Amino acid sequence: MTVRKNQASLTTDEKRRFVAALLELKRSGRYDEFVTTHNAFILGDTDNGERTGHRSPSFLPWHRRFLLEFERALQSVDASVALPYWDWTVDRSVRSSLWGPDFLGGNGRARDGRVSDGPFSGASGDWPINVRVDGRTFLRRSLGSAVRELPTRAEVDSVLAMATYDMAPWNSASDGFRNHLEGWRGVNLHNRVHVWVGGQMATGVSPNDPVFWLHHAFIDKLWAEWQRRHPGSGYVPAAGTPNVVDLNEPMKPWNDMAPADLLDHTAHYTFDTDA
Amino acid sequence: MPQLSRRRALTAAAALAAAAGAAPVVASVTAGNANAAPAEATTPDTTGHHHGHTSPAPFDEVYKGRRIQGRPVAGGGHQHHGGGYAVFVDGAELHVMRNADGTWISVVSHYDPVPTPRAAARAAVDELQGAQLVPFPAN
Repeated sequence: MTVRKNQASLTTDEKRRFVAALLELKRSGRYDEFVTTHNAFILGDTDNGERTGHRSPSFLPWHRRFLLEFERALQSVDASVALPYWDWTVDRSVRSSLWGPDFLGGNGRARDGRVSDGPFSGASGDWPINVRVDGRTFLRRSLGSAVRELPTRAEVDSVLAMATYDMAPWNSASDGFRNHLEGWRGVNLHNRVHVWVGGQMATGVSPNDPVFWLHHAFIDKLWAEWQRRHPGSGYVPAAGTPNVVDLNEPMKPWNDMAPADLLDHTAHYTFDTDA
Repeated sequence: MPQLSRRRALTAAAALAAAAGAAPVVASVTAGNANAAPAEATTPDTTGHHHGHTSPAPFDEVYKGRRIQGRPVAGGGHQHHGGGYAVFVDGAELHVMRNADGTWISVVSHYDPVPTPRAAARAAVDELQGAQLVPFPAN
């Protein structure tokens, strides 16, 4: 069984294996397929049209499935690898070991945002940005520049306290847990972290930065924490909602699993904090 | 895993929009939303439908040495999630999207809503730092 651990507690060897698996997926071309898929949904998901990956109730199960696909791809390279998660309520600084040269590398330089250390730097030659929205082919970051502070634990707790999973109109205007976690309303958790990292992470091709997976693994963990706090609250809508993925409706692009099949993460992996 | 190419996704969405016989319908600005866009000069919706909103006015300016333009467009062959509004940076189209509360995002600043399409275009120029946009249906 896969155990997803806090990135801050990974051993040197676990970091090394995770990075090596990422680089192998990149080298083989499989990594960029995930970036392409994500951007297609980012461009296609609209508040008043079909919406699956974002700005909709299926934001959480869609990303859960997307991360599962990615984790399986990593494990096809190295079966010992699991996706770590980044608890940005605790590791809130540019000086966090997350950004060390032995892991994800650090901030981009002021002039052009170029990440210049670590395994994913432009200079390494191992991490070309191929699926892109502009001409720049190197990984960029500007940690903490577009927005100063990552969300706090108190802000997270205020969102976890919301007992309703999601509400009509089932989009970026919704009240409820999902949209507050996603960040289009309220204190803004998930969206703000993308903006805080900057560079490709602030764009539709955000999976170009490996921190994408660690961020979403934590968002996924917060969904699990919410379920634990609200055992009587389930995924909604249940049925018959135009343009929106209902509980038992298969999700694109896989078309073989509905949100109902993804509600229990323990069928696929556990967290290091799971009792 | 079955992959959805961006071109296929865009084509499918464009076909849906065409099947609907109109540009994508855009919701009216939610009253009382703290994030709602401030009023800006607008022109009547080019689709002639009554969506309860109007399209932002066109703009054309040089910002930080780059030409940014925005204008209402009829829906159809392209996918315009701006509800029938297109934005260009030095002639290359920037994919923009209008949120339900009237704010805007673009593909280079996708998690950070701004009040108007002009603000989205300026945010894109800031983000690009001189780089050229890749036309968005390409891949």
